[in-house]
Amino acid sequence: MTHLEIQNISKSFGENEVLDQLNFSVHQGEFVSLLGPSGSGKSTLFGIIGGMILPNSGDVILNGESIKGKRGSISYTPQTPSLLPWRTILNNVLLGQELTGKKDREKALQMIDRAGLKSYENSYPHELSGGMKQRVSFIRSVLSPQSLILLDEPFSALDEFTRTDMQKWLLDMWEQTKRSILFVTHNIEEAVFLSDRVIILSPRPASVLKEFQVPFERPRREELLLSDEFLQFKKEIYQEMRHAQV
Amino acid sequence: MMNALWKQGWRPALVLILLFIVWETSVSMFDIPAWLLPSPTQIIEVGITDWPGYSHHVWATIQLIIVGFLIGSGTGIVVAIALHLVPFLRQATYPLIILSQNIPVIVLAPLLVVWFGFGMLPKIIVITLVCFFPIAIALLDGFRQTDRDLMHYMQMAGATRQQLFWKLEWPHALPSLFSGLKISATYSVMGAVISEWLGASRGIGYYMTLASSSYRTDRVFVAIIIIVALSLLFFLLINWLEKMTIRWRSSGEGGSSDAS
Repeated sequence: MTHLEIQNISKSFGENEVLDQLNFSVHQGEFVSLLGPSGSGKSTLFGIIGGMILPNSGDVILNGESIKGKRGSISYTPQTPSLLPWRTILNNVLLGQELTGKKDREKALQMIDRAGLKSYENSYPHELSGGMKQRVSFIRSVLSPQSLILLDEPFSALDEFTRTDMQKWLLDMWEQTKRSILFVTHNIEEAVFLSDRVIILSPRPASVLKEFQVPFERPRREELLLSDEFLQFKKEIYQEMRHAQV
Repeated sequence: MMNALWKQGWRPALVLILLFIVWETSVSMFDIPAWLLPSPTQIIEVGITDWPGYSHHVWATIQLIIVGFLIGSGTGIVVAIALHLVPFLRQATYPLIILSQNIPVIVLAPLLVVWFGFGMLPKIIVITLVCFFPIAIALLDGFRQTDRDLMHYMQMAGATRQQLFWKLEWPHALPSLFSGLKISATYSVMGAVISEWLGASRGIGYYMTLASSSYRTDRVFVAIIIIVALSLLFFLLINWLEKMTIRWRSSGEGGSSDAS
């Protein structure tokens, strides 16, 4: 079943064409990654899906309804954790529910516990490390009432090992909650390791270059990252992207 | 806490004590008459023995400061919120508010006495005028410096205008508000004393004019010490309130809430 559908979205700012006839979809419970070079207009696309920017043409369909220009239809995990510094972790996690739904402290505490942040619920964000803050930010999205989660390069500021840990953690959380996720990154390995499907965007103006169904079984383990099949698959995507650059 | 204060504070304290010693010895050495410059010990003596004679003036001034400060900062906060939420109002009046600060409030005071007499009202207006500006400007700046990432997240998450204000902009501007309040707290003491100079039947400013016109320089110094003490007291009070309100700030690094 299709959860989110991007239909022929085009957007330009003056002369500057950013998105050109973009088409793709995310199915219910699916983990989809958008992979594109830096500056391929992914923040514009997220702005459009989030209802902050109106496209020149095309439509955004969520659960069969257009959400073009409607804010708050999706749950969002931004690139920086964006936690409110004056709120405790518990109250930060509840923010999404507070804005558009009902607060459920029990469930929030349970999620904090499951994220390995037990005993931190009454701490303030500045007391947490970068990886922990990013986890809090993701829990906030999971607890938000909207069904689809947008992740905007959430691990780009983390070091390699924290990053791998966070990816495994994210997969774990996703397998437990089975939410649909649209994940943006420019790291090929990350996209392949996490996703059911990888969508390659072309350089500006962005359109869908190719889609790859990721063949690896779940649950995925860290060993997969160094296996031959994985590297082969990564190479294939790399060449595709390299090709488009020239 | 006290230990840290002592560690940092002993040097300036030493300088102050030295200054008082120099003052005391020069007054007796050069035989300076008391109406010109009383010695520190004389001032302290008068301050203690005269207390029953001027204590009601101190209370009157404290009352005036508190009422004036509350009204002044309340006005500042309301105006800042209004200007922030209605962009047209801000564009139309912000430059005028900045310009108006080139008018020293002291020169307006006689005019206020002409219009409103010698009662509480003109004094409260003077204090309101001096308090209003630092608070309104600090708070407006605080609103404007709201973290862009946080703003973006809140909008994407579907926050309404009201939610944006109360859940993001207002708490984000609190540190700025407090820096405005600290300035205004000391200004309001100054405003109270000035307004009492111009026409009053009680208050520490009134006591001061009485003392100076009868060449009781020692009493003028007592008044000055009390005014300084009041300023400091109000400043510390606001500082304490800030510490109670803003508990989230990391002490080491300056977080995003530390701006301005």
